[in-house]
Amino acid sequence: MDASAPIVGVLALQGDFEDHAESLRRQGLCTREVRSARDLVGIAAIVLPGGESTTMLKLLDVEGLWAPLGRALQSGMPVMATCAGLILLAQHVENPSQRSYGILPVTVVRNGYGRQLHSGTFALRSDVLPKGTTGTFIRAPKITRVGPGCEVLAWRDGDPVLVQQGNVLAACFHPELEERHPVTERFAAMVRANGAGGTAMGGCVGGCG
Amino acid sequence: MTKSPFTKSVPGFTQEEVVSKIGFCEQLKGGVIMDVVNDEQARIAEDAGACAVMALERVPADIRKHGGVARASDPTMIEAIQKTVSIPVMAKVRIGHFVEAQMLEAMEVDCIDESEVLTPADEQFQIDKRVFKTPFVCGCRDLGEALRRIHEGAAMIRTKGEAGTGNVVEAVRHMRALMSEIRALRGMDAQHLEKRAVELRVPFDLVAWVAENQKLPVPNFSAGGVATPADAALMMQLGAEAVFVGSGIFKSGNPVQRAKAIVRAVTHFRDPKVLIEVSKGLGEPMVGIDIHVMPANERYAGRGV
Repeated sequence: MDASAPIVGVLALQGDFEDHAESLRRQGLCTREVRSARDLVGIAAIVLPGGESTTMLKLLDVEGLWAPLGRALQSGMPVMATCAGLILLAQHVENPSQRSYGILPVTVVRNGYGRQLHSGTFALRSDVLPKGTTGTFIRAPKITRVGPGCEVLAWRDGDPVLVQQGNVLAACFHPELEERHPVTERFAAMVRANGAGGTAMGGCVGGCG
Repeated sequence: MTKSPFTKSVPGFTQEEVVSKIGFCEQLKGGVIMDVVNDEQARIAEDAGACAVMALERVPADIRKHGGVARASDPTMIEAIQKTVSIPVMAKVRIGHFVEAQMLEAMEVDCIDESEVLTPADEQFQIDKRVFKTPFVCGCRDLGEALRRIHEGAAMIRTKGEAGTGNVVEAVRHMRALMSEIRALRGMDAQHLEKRAVELRVPFDLVAWVAENQKLPVPNFSAGGVATPADAALMMQLGAEAVFVGSGIFKSGNPVQRAKAIVRAVTHFRDPKVLIEVSKGLGEPMVGIDIHVMPANERYAGRGV
């Protein structure tokens, strides 16, 4: 593995951050768990994983990570957010309303597809993902509004479920639960295209010896 | 069902179950699941950063005190908690009591705990968890119990510990037993794995999966006796991927502060500086019970088959 390979930070306060890190390492990327502001130094991209958004919000505050993470998210580096991560990025959050970074012009309804009993794997309709691509939705947020400048890349029935604005890619579903998923591959390509933002500082965890 | 070559496969689980049932449990990792007995406690737990709540009528410490048969909770209480919080709501059923489980599934509880803390309803069989769409969590004391529960369909395993004691020693014992039995499978040939499968009373494929991957095929959480941030971090360092806290929070002197402290301890379980910070001035922990002076018939961990 190339020592100058870009390091992808994975927010590791709570949730399935390990699955994300593993799926990115399978794409040949380096990853680093982010639990405090110093972990953000030198990363070239960042992932906000699934989990509980309320838990992450509390911890972002007590760790003093809210503002530093906000600056990283708005720096132009590639960002991938899934499920709870999407909720953290959305401009408006409903059911209930809660604080968010608001950098993605979408409205999301938490648990918009119902409780866990309604979770499952569903077909996606998309012009950019391979035919037959599916997404696993787990107590997933529902996107009810997409603002101008934000592109919808995939739908579940009539609902937008994968959106992108600039370097920010966000999904209602969980590509990291699959060993390989086209959405993870798309993000890995974004990271490579963006180049190794900063790789000199800090180490990365696993996968790049 | 078409099988994607890109999804991890778990013996006995369909591909859909791997991603949706086990996938649900993956989302709870690095978090704290708190026992709550009413909507007010549920609100406190959510505000403190719990990643889920476990709704039950009495925390294990009170079940011990009051005695009698402990059953699934009143649906009214569970519904009130579901209306109050936005995080997942779990609830407990008695071992083997599949009708209580059917009721919880119909109420759309997010995860069902077939729990030794309640009085077992069946001494021969645990619930056939495969027929449910709702993910189940079950307790274990060792690898055999863990794999039997997974074979029955559990999507998450937790140590049993000794609930309601505020004493972490049994949870430690169970986690160490589980991890060392997993390590012992490393490098075994098929003949030895076959022998272990017979001893553990589970299919060969499941034992072979664990031998190869050196972990359980479902998330491995800890429960039973966690009372302090240090206890929670101890279980995480021993291999737990998340922590259940029962009586430890709402039976302590300052539940709000203790709940927040344990949430932070689980995120930073390897950082003693954070653990020191969150452990300061927490007030009275729950009063603990020494396991060694506890009569055998008062222990819950031996329940189940």
